[in-house]
Amino acid sequence: MKKSRVGVFVCHCGHNIARAIDIKSVMEKIRKYPGVAHVEDYIYLCADPGQKIVADKIKDKNLDAIVIANCSPNLHEKTFRDLVESVNMNRFKCEIANIREQCSWPHDQEREKATLKSVKIIESVIEKVKQNQELEPIRVPLTKKALVIGGGIAGIQAALDIANGGFKVILLERRATIGGKMAQLSETFPTLDCPQCIMTPKMVAVAKHENITLMTYSALESLEGYVGNFTVKIREKAKYVDWDKCVGCGDCTEKCPAKVDSEFDAKLSKRKAIYRDFPQAVPNKFVIDAEHCIKLTKGKCGVCEKICPAKAIKYDDKDEIIEEKIGAVIVATGFDLFGLEKVGEYGYGKYKDVIDGLQFERILAASGPTGGKVERPSDGKTPKDVVFIQCVGSRDPEFGMPYCSSICCMYTAKQAMLFKHAVPEGQPYIFCMDIRSTGKGYEEFVQRAVEEDGVVYLRGRVSKIYQDDDKIMVWGADMASGKKVEIPADLVVLSTAIVPAEGIKDLASKLRITTDEYGFLKEAHLKLQPVETLTSGIFIAGTAQSPKDITDTVAQASAAASKIMALFSSKEYIRSPTIARVDEDVCKGCGICVNACTYSAIELDTIKKISKVNEALCEGCGACAAVCPSGAMQQKNYTKKQLLDMISVATEDYDKG
Amino acid sequence: MEELSGQNLNACNQCLKCTAGCSFVDNMDLLPNQVIRCIQLGQEDEVMKSKTPWLCASCFTCVTRCPKGVDLSRIMEAIRTLLLRQGKEHINLSGSEFKLPADAPQQLFVSGSRKLSG
Repeated sequence: MKKSRVGVFVCHCGHNIARAIDIKSVMEKIRKYPGVAHVEDYIYLCADPGQKIVADKIKDKNLDAIVIANCSPNLHEKTFRDLVESVNMNRFKCEIANIREQCSWPHDQEREKATLKSVKIIESVIEKVKQNQELEPIRVPLTKKALVIGGGIAGIQAALDIANGGFKVILLERRATIGGKMAQLSETFPTLDCPQCIMTPKMVAVAKHENITLMTYSALESLEGYVGNFTVKIREKAKYVDWDKCVGCGDCTEKCPAKVDSEFDAKLSKRKAIYRDFPQAVPNKFVIDAEHCIKLTKGKCGVCEKICPAKAIKYDDKDEIIEEKIGAVIVATGFDLFGLEKVGEYGYGKYKDVIDGLQFERILAASGPTGGKVERPSDGKTPKDVVFIQCVGSRDPEFGMPYCSSICCMYTAKQAMLFKHAVPEGQPYIFCMDIRSTGKGYEEFVQRAVEEDGVVYLRGRVSKIYQDDDKIMVWGADMASGKKVEIPADLVVLSTAIVPAEGIKDLASKLRITTDEYGFLKEAHLKLQPVETLTSGIFIAGTAQSPKDITDTVAQASAAASKIMALFSSKEYIRSPTIARVDEDVCKGCGICVNACTYSAIELDTIKKISKVNEALCEGCGACAAVCPSGAMQQKNYTKKQLLDMISVATEDYDKG
Repeated sequence: MEELSGQNLNACNQCLKCTAGCSFVDNMDLLPNQVIRCIQLGQEDEVMKSKTPWLCASCFTCVTRCPKGVDLSRIMEAIRTLLLRQGKEHINLSGSEFKLPADAPQQLFVSGSRKLSG
C-alpha cells in the first residue's frame, strides 16, 4: 500500500479553540504522527485566506488526504470537502476533527488535558482518513412537487412562493378553510391592516393558482421515502357534503338545528353542525361536523339534505386516503393557546368577562360575533375599564413555559389601542412584566398607545381576579409606585401563552423530525439553519418552530420556500455515498440487519441467501453494521477496522500523554 | 438567608405577583417583593429592621402563585430565624398599631403547623 501523505490544518477559531488549547504543542505532536506530511495552523481556516492555504498546500505538498481540526462537521465539513474537490482531491479524503465543540468549549479551564485530548482526536481522525475510500456521490431522481402542511399565513406564503417559482405544491389544511389564526384577528400591529384586506387576497390567490392543489379538511397519514422521493398518504376526512356540487349558498346552515361553540369565534358564538368557518372561507364550501350532526349521531333530522338546492349532502361520505409523490415538505402547523383553566387564580372559564386575547380579537373584529362593537360576553354591556394582563402562562417555569410568547406585548398594546378607538370614554390598563417591542415600528407603536390613547401600563403581575357584583376585581401591583393596586374592571383580557398546535408530536414522529422540550419543532441550527430540520427535505416555518409574529412568520415561510426551490432547481438529488455495503462472500443471510433497519432499506435475497442494501433508501445510520454478527455489513468509510483503529489510537498511552 | 431558606433569590425577577396577592401589605413597611429585592441588592440590614417578616402570616399565597417557584414563606422564616438567633425580639403586637384579626389564633395555629410540617 502506498504511504499516505496526510495534511493536518489546525484552526484557532479566533479565541474559541486557541484560548483553551496549546496549538503549538498540538502541532509538534501531530507532525511526528505516521503518515503526516504537513501541519499548519491559521486563525480562521474557514475564511477565504484560510481556505486558500489549504488548497495551495494540497497541491504544493502533494497531499493525498487532509484533516481539518476545527469545529463541528455540521458547520464546515461541506465547506472543506467542496474546497478539496476544487483541487481534484476526492471529497471523502477530507475529514474534520472536531476540537471545538468536543474539546475546547467543554474543557475551557483545563488547558493541559484539553491539549492532549485534541491531539488524540486529531490522531484518530488521521487514522480514519488514511483508510477512507474515494467515493462518488449517489445521484437520485427528484420529484419536483412540495407538500406544505398547515394553511395559516405561513403555509399560504410558502405555497404561493413555491408555486410562483414554477413548482407544484399541495397545501394541506386540517380545517375546512385555509386562513388559520390570522384570519381570526381584528387588525394587525403595527400597521393596523385588517387580515381581510391583506390576507384574503392571498387565500384567493392560493385557490386560483394553477400550481397549487388545495387539500383542506385533510391531514397527513404517513410519509415514507427520503428527500426528493417521498411518498405521502393524506387522509381526506369525510365532509358529508359533495364539494363538486356545493355552491356555498349557506341555506343548509340557516336551517340546521344543532348548535355548537364556534371555533372561529373562539367560543363566543355558536355555529351549526353543517357550517363553514367564515363567509370568506377558501374554499367556500360547507362541511358537516359528524360529532354534532343530529342525522349522523341519531339518524333523525336530514333538514340540510331536504333544503340543499344543489343536492350536495352526502350522509354516507367516507374518509379517503390519497397517495402522492412529493420531493420536499414544509411544516407550518402554527400554534394554540395554553389552557387557561390551569391558572386558577385568574378565574378563566368561571367568570364570563375574563377572556383570552384571541376572544378579544373576535370582539374587536368587524367579522366577529358583535360586528366589531365592543360588548362584554356576560351581559353585552360596553365595558369602560378594561384590564389586560400580559405573560399569562408565558415566562412562567411553574407552568412549564419559561419562554416568552413573543407577540403578546404588541397585540396587547394594539388591543388596548383599538378598544380606546371603539370606546373613547373607556380606560385600558395593562399589567406587564416588560415591554418587548423590538420589531420595526413596534416601539413607536407602543409609545403611540400610551401618549395618544392614554393606555396605562403597570409593571407587575396580577395575583388574583374575582367577581364582585357587576365588576371583575383585579389585584395587582405597580412597581413604579411600589403599591398594591386593586382595579374594579368591566372586562379582563388575558394575553395567553402560545403553545404548539395540538397533534404536533404525532405529526413530527410521522415526519421523523424532532420537537424541543416545549413541543415546538426543532430546527437544524438555531441561527444558521432556522428553517431546516435534521431530516433532509423537511423544512419548518412559522409558530410551529417558535412563537413569532406575522412579519417573522412570513419571512420564515419565504425562506423555507426558497430552500425548496433551490433543491428543486437541480436535475437530480445528490446523496452521500457513506452508506451500508454487504460483503457478499461473508454474509450468511441471517437477516438480523433487516430488522435493525428503520428505513426499510435492506432486503433478504432468499435465493443467494444474502442481505441487499437499497442505495436509494439507506440513510447511512450504521445500525445494520452494528448488529451484523459476521462483519459482512459495513458502512463505507466507517468500517469496523476504521472505528477500532480510531479507538485504539485515541486511547493508547493516554496516561503518559 | 439563601442557605437557611433553600431558595435561589436570583430566580426572582420582581414580577410583584407576591405583593399583588398578599393580604398584609397594607401594614408592611417593605413589600414582599421588596424584601427579596433588598437581599438581591445586598441591603440585608433593611430587611432585618423591617417589620414585614413578622407580619407575614405564612399563608403561602405567594408561594402558590409565584411563577418562578420561589418560596417566599421560607425566606421570611429564614429572616425570622436569623433575627431570633441574634436574640432580637419580634415586634410587640400589643404596642403596634396593627390589630390582630379576630381569627388570628386559628390562622397562627394553621400556619405554625404548616411551617413545622413543610
